[in-house]
Amino acid sequence: MLGDSAIKAINLTKRYGPILAVDHINFEVKYGEVFGFLGPNGAGKTTTIKMLTTVTRPTEGTALVGGYDVVKQPAKVREVIGVVPQDFTSDEDLTGWENLMMIAGLYGIPKREAKERAAELLDLVELSHAADRKVETYSGGMRRRLEIAMGLINRPRILFLDEPTLGLDAQTRAAIWSYVFKLKEQLGTTIFVTTHYLEEADQYCDRIAIIDHGRILAIGTPRDLKKTVGGDVVMLQVAGNPEAAVKVLQSIDGLSDVRIVEGFIRFKVNDGSKAAPLIFDVLSKAGIRVTSIAIKEPSMDEVFMEYTGHSLRDEWGSREEVMAMRRIVRTARR
Amino acid sequence: MASNPLHGLWTLTNRELKKWYKAPVVLIVTLIQPIVWLAFFGKSMNMASIFTNGSINIPGLNIPKQIIDQIAQAYLKSTFGTTDYFSFLAASMVAQITFFTAMNSGMSIVWDRRLGVLDKLLTTPVPRGSIIMGKVLNSVLRSLAQATIVLIIATLLGMKFNTSLTPLGFALSIVGVYAALTLLALGFSALYLTLALRSTNWQSQMAIINLLNMPLMFASNSFYPIKMMPWWLRPVAYINPLTYVNDITRGLLLGISAFSIPMDFFYLALFAMIFSTMGIVLSWRFLSEG
Repeated sequence: MLGDSAIKAINLTKRYGPILAVDHINFEVKYGEVFGFLGPNGAGKTTTIKMLTTVTRPTEGTALVGGYDVVKQPAKVREVIGVVPQDFTSDEDLTGWENLMMIAGLYGIPKREAKERAAELLDLVELSHAADRKVETYSGGMRRRLEIAMGLINRPRILFLDEPTLGLDAQTRAAIWSYVFKLKEQLGTTIFVTTHYLEEADQYCDRIAIIDHGRILAIGTPRDLKKTVGGDVVMLQVAGNPEAAVKVLQSIDGLSDVRIVEGFIRFKVNDGSKAAPLIFDVLSKAGIRVTSIAIKEPSMDEVFMEYTGHSLRDEWGSREEVMAMRRIVRTARR
Repeated sequence: MASNPLHGLWTLTNRELKKWYKAPVVLIVTLIQPIVWLAFFGKSMNMASIFTNGSINIPGLNIPKQIIDQIAQAYLKSTFGTTDYFSFLAASMVAQITFFTAMNSGMSIVWDRRLGVLDKLLTTPVPRGSIIMGKVLNSVLRSLAQATIVLIIATLLGMKFNTSLTPLGFALSIVGVYAALTLLALGFSALYLTLALRSTNWQSQMAIINLLNMPLMFASNSFYPIKMMPWWLRPVAYINPLTYVNDITRGLLLGISAFSIPMDFFYLALFAMIFSTMGIVLSWRFLSEG
């Protein structure tokens, strides 16, 4: 039974005690699409995946996955999906091969077929050489690849990847994405992936949803999202009080959305390189000295900032905040 | 696909068993405790020699040693049902190893949760009840294997079986003992797994194990008959399933039973059924979060 869309979230909501982890979100993912969920840690990405993969029950709303309702038909959903959770889930005491065969058994795949698929998948993720080694001897990248193979053993129509590249080096990250791409191209698998790496979302996803504080702020192709930012983004630093500079800049025609973001004055303008001399002029007349200027075509970072009002990159620094948030959520779950 | 729920159950049981037979160290370690009880305690706490060590001499009374021995035998027989305390103790050790193995099954679900394995299992079509029952089944099979080893060691150390048993009778008795142990392992591992369903903390699980372990051991007929207990302890012993397994083991292997063996089985079957059902039902509710 194929519905119109692979995934359809309808007012999907999850509340942990006082915290609204996911707040009435609605979106659709088409078959064959790589759909990215982009947001900082604690934005509700993992909670969304957990609801879509029937691990956690929504507090409110529901979602159709592969045409089945995650609340009413969780068993049906589980048969058509593959999941690669954020944490490593393979059994360290078993070998890579045994892990794959175990998961195959849970899907009720006959042994002979399971062996064929396991061999095929190990080949795909380039782990054939390590098949008979215990998983505890694997490196992080190898474990992640094994997880992906485990998520594919049932030939899912829809694959969920929760931060598949988290904590991996750049080279392994690129390799993981190339496997994901292979899946899409060769098997036509629909892929739902969460990430907080902007470049990855930009480069590999057909469409992206930006999520922050449990809410979807924008959905679209990377290109469309960048277009909505409109024109170039200029970042200025001035000697002295930036507030005064902002006032001056706001009076200039053609400049929009002037504000201070993390010590920089940020604004948008149609053609940054042409506007720059004029801006210098106006500011120096007002007695304000520019110390630095950067003109950027909008990147996903700008897109993210546009919608959320803060940079995603800074989220990486505030680990304490993230950990504190996680602790709260965990306590609330008990 | 996955229309047969038993398929996943066996896969999960096999996974647990694999870890066990691939790491014999675990097996050896779990065997140490009953062996210590048997070899150290059982061999030293020699009731017969307490009474018959020949040094009893009550001034003024010249009781012949023979009579003292007879009195001692009579006391032992009336207390333990046999003059051979070692065999009395050894028979209870098979239940004890089963009990210990079952207790630890709760730990494995805590680890599965911590290591993320459980998260993965929950996304597969395997029934939630199978996740629990796979662990229960593993614990049953492990218990039976370990009980066999304990029984062999006990025999080597001098456990004496009911001499009136024919070879066939003995074989049937062993089957009966295994049946009792299966029920005990089913009930206790389901109970401990249920207690661990939501836990992510192995320390608290250990605490629960230690809290229940000693009291259940001592509030049973494992080391002494119930009639020797103070009145307030007896009700606990009568509820304790260990008591009934011990009664079956002693009844079948030694020929000394305090209750009726069919009633013992009935009670154990009830115990196993209630806690297995509870485990399966609650796992549907509580295994996944939220």
